[in-house]
Amino acid sequence: MTAPAPRLRPAADRRVQLMATCICDAFYDDVAGATVEVLEHLGCTVDFPEGQTCCGQPAFNGGDWAASRRVVRHTVRTFAGDCPVVVPSGSCAAMLFHGAPLEFEREPDLPAVAALGRRTWELADFIVNGLGIRTWPGRYEARVAFHRSCHSRGTASGAASDLLLASIAGLQVLPFGEGEQCCGFGGTFSVTFPHVSTGMGTLKLDHIRAARPDVVVSGDMSCLMHLGGLAEKGGQPVRTQHLAQVLRDALRHGGLLPAASA
Amino acid sequence: MPNQPLDQFAARLPAEQRASVYQSTKGTHEKRTQLLFDQFADPDRLRQIAGEIKQHVVENLDTYLPAVEAKLRANGAQVHWAATGEEACAAVLRIMQARGARRMVKAKTMVSEEIGLAHYLEERGLEALETDLGEFIVQIDHDHPSHIVRPIIHKNRREIAASFEREGLGAYNDDPETITRRARQFLRHKYLQADVGLTGANFLSVESGRIVLVTNEGNSRFCLAATRCHIALIGIEKLVPRDRDLGLLLNLLGRSGTAQPLTVYTEFISGPRRPGQPDGPEEMHVVFVDNGRTDVLATECRDILRCIRCGACLNVCPVYRQASGHAYRSVYPGPVGAVLSPLLAQGNFAALADLPKASSLCGACNEVCPVNIPIPDLLLRLRAKGKEEGAPLASAGAPPMGAWALLASQPTAWKAALAGGKLLNYIPAKLLPVPALRAWESRRSLPEWRGGEFRRWLRARRRAAERKPAP
Repeated sequence: MTAPAPRLRPAADRRVQLMATCICDAFYDDVAGATVEVLEHLGCTVDFPEGQTCCGQPAFNGGDWAASRRVVRHTVRTFAGDCPVVVPSGSCAAMLFHGAPLEFEREPDLPAVAALGRRTWELADFIVNGLGIRTWPGRYEARVAFHRSCHSRGTASGAASDLLLASIAGLQVLPFGEGEQCCGFGGTFSVTFPHVSTGMGTLKLDHIRAARPDVVVSGDMSCLMHLGGLAEKGGQPVRTQHLAQVLRDALRHGGLLPAASA
Repeated sequence: MPNQPLDQFAARLPAEQRASVYQSTKGTHEKRTQLLFDQFADPDRLRQIAGEIKQHVVENLDTYLPAVEAKLRANGAQVHWAATGEEACAAVLRIMQARGARRMVKAKTMVSEEIGLAHYLEERGLEALETDLGEFIVQIDHDHPSHIVRPIIHKNRREIAASFEREGLGAYNDDPETITRRARQFLRHKYLQADVGLTGANFLSVESGRIVLVTNEGNSRFCLAATRCHIALIGIEKLVPRDRDLGLLLNLLGRSGTAQPLTVYTEFISGPRRPGQPDGPEEMHVVFVDNGRTDVLATECRDILRCIRCGACLNVCPVYRQASGHAYRSVYPGPVGAVLSPLLAQGNFAALADLPKASSLCGACNEVCPVNIPIPDLLLRLRAKGKEEGAPLASAGAPPMGAWALLASQPTAWKAALAGGKLLNYIPAKLLPVPALRAWESRRSLPEWRGGEFRRWLRARRRAAERKPAP
């Protein structure tokens, strides 16, 4: 999977539209908030189109492309404009620049869908490759296991996240086994293939725990919802944070890992 | 919610079997990656080029197939065309009958598994003996391969030792070297007695008509050493345009499949024995097998025909590692099988329509594929096909998306749902009104529902900013 080129770069006023993602809209408001704070810290003017719902991926992955196209069309209308769209999720970003054009390949409005894809950036990719930021200020005193989500395979997001995390004072990124393997979430796969999904998640948690991190970080809350939920259900909770929260917290808290987790 | 068959199979898989599949696939995958990245500056570029070569072949079969037929005939081989598996089996039978042949020694070929050749010949009173060690064990156990390259990845040596004892191949001994030695001893006699040697082809060069075979056991050479007749059973997609393309493809095949720079044996066969040559089969037949491939060619999933059967996608696949190969209920397991098997099912797509769902779409398969097949995209296309055709297995256990799509295309309804979802925080998990949520909650805790909180926070932040204009 690769992001489309050329992609729309931010203009001088750094105006962006935020796609908060449905999972943050429903469960992880602090992640969406951290994304706003991080972007504003970088001098961006953040618009939040109020009509936004979901990127359409659940139905796309489920094979119901007619239902998915309905949602994508709504998203295209909602995000009308000519500035970059920033989304704190590699998965939703990939849906817009890769998945949606696939399910629209025979549709007359493919150009509008593809145009939205060219404007869409995953957060870390936008910070590093859109804005040219290569180091992150502040401090964050923690040992971090970074789970690179699968939808960032082949995109610039993984390297961008690595670069930002490695630049934060006090933060130590811990390698762990089989980092390239999927966590087992996979959207509705997590409930239609529960044994395989949780088998994959348990293996991922074993690898992560062996590295003894203070916090598990990812650019996708869906992976963390699965891993965190599995760990908690098993009676051994792990602390999870989105990359946006780490970036924001590095600017706050005097560099200490904050007491409350999102 | 009704369960998916592959997930149920995975749930029943003995832990020991899962562990051995995991160790074996993980080991090969890691060695494969190390070899490729240690030895090549840009292996991903090589995968792309190899993919382009094979895609070119797939899209030009109409000219390449007649060209290679002419070349094969000029080389002295006889060429047969089989539209179906049944026709391919019948062609092999006719060749054997014409020679009065009764015994076949077989090298490992997936297409022969696909068409059920050994069983077909045995039913007609002919012997068709597998000579690849793994396939031999599968055959004596009346089992099925569970991996494209390692057919017995699901078996341990104790089971194999017991099978050998049962078949009269020696007293129980589970030392791998002893097992191998006993199989070799048994097979060597069979090579000498056989009338016909059957192989597949890893590649077939259109330019020269050369058939390329790779093995690690040398059994395909033995199959052709003493027999008078060579039959090569070849899927129509196995072509490469030129001999020089083999340099790239062989380099990728060995590394991707078994983490070897090159397999132990690589044979190039360009026809039957020629005058003046001391040995080799005097007769050579090539049976081209379609068996649904041209139907695949007509779909948007034709990229799957690039596959060179290395098994790298199986090795890296987290779902394959959890479920093992038999969970796929077909000759081709793993990610490639989840695409290819339903497509080759010819009119029975619905029976395997669940396989494209058996993936988290993580994309690891695409990342390791030596011919860069976009497997996740093909799985998605087949999911859409399953939905369009209303195949019940495609939707088993899956939450319906119609109501969700209505909600997600109407902002007012969406916001109401965000607010209403807070009820979830007060309802015990087992009473949750949505099957998908219940299924989630049975294995993972559900986070607190905070629908609408972000929007409230953002509005407050904007109001505060308006009251305090920036300096």
